[in-house]
Amino acid sequence: MVSALFPLTVEGAKASRRGRVLVGPVDLTLDAKGITVVMGPNGSGKTTLLKLLHGTARLSAGRIAWACPPEDARPQLAFVFQRPVMLRRTVVQNIAYPLRLRGVSRASARAQALDWAARVGLDAMKGRPAWSLSGGEQQKLALARAFIADPRVVFLDEPTAALDGAATREIEAILAAARDEGRRLILATHDMGQARRLADDVVFLHQGRVAERAAAPNFFEAPATDAARAFLKGDIVE
Amino acid sequence: MGDLWAGLAQGFWMVATLDPELVEITLRSLRVTLTALLIASAIAFPLAALLAVKRFRLRRLTIAILNALMGLPPVVVGLIVYILLSRSGPFGVLGLLFTPSAMVIAQVIILVPLIASVAHQSLRDLWSEYHDLLIAMNVTPWQKITTLMWDARRALITAALAGFGRGIGEVGAIMIVGGNIDHATRVLTTAIALETGRGDFALALGLGFVLIALALAVNLVTHWLGQTEREGRW
Repeated sequence: MVSALFPLTVEGAKASRRGRVLVGPVDLTLDAKGITVVMGPNGSGKTTLLKLLHGTARLSAGRIAWACPPEDARPQLAFVFQRPVMLRRTVVQNIAYPLRLRGVSRASARAQALDWAARVGLDAMKGRPAWSLSGGEQQKLALARAFIADPRVVFLDEPTAALDGAATREIEAILAAARDEGRRLILATHDMGQARRLADDVVFLHQGRVAERAAAPNFFEAPATDAARAFLKGDIVE
Repeated sequence: MGDLWAGLAQGFWMVATLDPELVEITLRSLRVTLTALLIASAIAFPLAALLAVKRFRLRRLTIAILNALMGLPPVVVGLIVYILLSRSGPFGVLGLLFTPSAMVIAQVIILVPLIASVAHQSLRDLWSEYHDLLIAMNVTPWQKITTLMWDARRALITAALAGFGRGIGEVGAIMIVGGNIDHATRVLTTAIALETGRGDFALALGLGFVLIALALAVNLVTHWLGQTEREGRW
């Protein structure tokens, strides 16, 4: 299934708002495996690039093409936000929601949701209203809700940005397990430690453009651009 | 002050003895208002959800008109419905004037803007909260509307209860289109108006206390629903 989606080809992709270019032009090719980490300083366009790739942000110019028609690709994609959106329902109902949208019966959706709640460590709070969970628990719920519909590609926008160390560790474990299951993850972060722990390859964005694209070890050991070097050193990059 | 106590005593006595006329009038009031409420809610809720979710050219104008119509004078609504349903009017052939159906029609016209406006506020707030998630999940417009309506169900019930409060206490429109006919179209509010006109303040107050009791019951239900929301019971 993954091979049917990939490669993802990005050619001259650009997003603008009110005449201001947010991202682009970006040229990129993504293949079927692993975790790609999109890095860059705040305001470099990481979220916008993720939304462009996912199809929720509108292209101002250029082209983004999966190997299959867009209508076949969309159901295989999922998106996890930095601040998870909780439906005003219980934990299990939240996780089951994507299946209910696809017409899965209530009983089957609930059974699968309970299974996912257990996998992400939320089984003890399955009947609680989702809004009453902590930030880390809400993010785990968002991951379970994203994974339950069995997407091949998951876009994650700074999923641990506001979380403590323990919650971050748990979420990274879920992401590593998803990669091992063969899911393709595209993760935006400015947490360098997380990028080192998870990345197979890195796309480094600077001022809305791809400044560098490299396999993770190469990027962290020998960054090719001044901006990436400064970013990795912890300098302020504008 | 004497009238107030006499009214209170008579109201209590009428309720305690289940006075047949009071029961008949109260049940008719409830039947007319609840029917109007059901129809108005069936129109107003999807309309409110559509206005929250869908962007179209006349959306802002529609919202402004709905908000303005919240303050629609019931007497004017009654007059318009009267003209439409009168024998020489376009719907005169239906023979609905001076029937409970005419009262329901007038109340629906009064309630739809109120319920739709109150519901729209809640649904719009919820939509701004859900927008990114539902767009990312690629949901259809119908799924957006049903999701919003289900998740905002308590707010929608509150909007409906606000409509109930307005409907049950309404007098101008239903007096005109119903005619306040004994055993046919007389309801609590029109009976109060009649008894006040006759100078029977005690009976009018008695009926008034029953009306207040109904309104209080509605407020208690609203309060209870609010509690269930905090406890996440449904």
